[in-house]
Amino acid sequence: MSHDHDHAALDEPAVATRVRALADRLVENGVLTREDLRARMDWLVSRTPADGAKLVARAWVDPAFKERLLSDARRAALELDLDPGPSPVVVALENTATVHHMVVCTLCSCYPKALLGPPPDWYKSLPYRSRAVSDPRGVLREFGLELSEETEVRVVDSTADIRYLVIPRRPAGSEAIPEEDLASLVTRDSMIGVAPALDSLPA
Amino acid sequence: MHDRGGWPTDEPIDRSEHQLADWEVLMDSIVGTLGANGVMNTDELRRGIESMPPEEYERASYYERWFYSVETVLTEKGVLP
Amino acid sequence: MSFVVGEHVRVSDRAHVGHHRTPGYVKGRSGTIARVHASYPNPETRAYGADGLPEKRLYHVVVDGDGADSVYLDVFEHWLEAT
Repeated sequence: MSHDHDHAALDEPAVATRVRALADRLVENGVLTREDLRARMDWLVSRTPADGAKLVARAWVDPAFKERLLSDARRAALELDLDPGPSPVVVALENTATVHHMVVCTLCSCYPKALLGPPPDWYKSLPYRSRAVSDPRGVLREFGLELSEETEVRVVDSTADIRYLVIPRRPAGSEAIPEEDLASLVTRDSMIGVAPALDSLPA
Repeated sequence: MHDRGGWPTDEPIDRSEHQLADWEVLMDSIVGTLGANGVMNTDELRRGIESMPPEEYERASYYERWFYSVETVLTEKGVLP
Repeated sequence: MSFVVGEHVRVSDRAHVGHHRTPGYVKGRSGTIARVHASYPNPETRAYGADGLPEKRLYHVVVDGDGADSVYLDVFEHWLEAT
């Protein structure tokens, strides 16, 4: 599929043309190759929350795996033949009856994209970044999640080299669901920490 | 301007989502490849974004900020003429 | 300076010109070491084209607050003080 670089699609912002021109310049100057770019684009679009969901589903059915996931998420991902990405380090955080984790990057948009795919726009938005640390329950309420006063909300701000992945609680009544179907209960938002896992399989 | 934790705001969180446009996937990949090739790292990307004039920072879309940063930093480093 | 899990610390409250990863909302606040992460290249110098060496130890810190909820974040050793 060829691209006519001088002719931006009508619904694209002006910067789109400039980005393509930048890529051309970098390739022409030998700073990077078209093949490297294509490989990275292919990698990025192949990233989905399904990988993170597999980790969670396995942790739900296998307590020893869950401990390995909590102590070294990268190694646990490799155990399941998942790609944890070239870097950086991912740490899994377990939600329990008394602790609910919620992840944010107040400074920019740090996110475990190798295991979850690209972050949603709202995660990168200024209001989420501001309010997650000052009003987490208000934010969760906007997402439709009300937690009891007995549950501690832990907001985790990814300020440095570590990316955080939430292990949501396994829904009650899911004991009979086989592991591969369990993964369908684990939504991206539940692994960010703004929603619980689904309690029944999507239709 | 980039340091948003706790900034007072009444703005509700817009939960609408969009699939990344081709140019956005490209921009992300330019940065990833520059990083893998040792030409420009993540900290330089962030620093470049943080150097945006505040009004531009607020107005720009996410990947527009990345574009600004890469242009700025690579020009400064002499990688781009 | 190095710290251990459970140790009480304070996040430094200094003006820093240039790129750094300690958010304003925690500067000057007290907290407790929740985890000891590995060491990583210093983003403050790496952001300007240097190699970021020597690496700096990163700590997972829970900020002291007044409610039941808490904020955790990762802070580099040179932004933490013993209390």
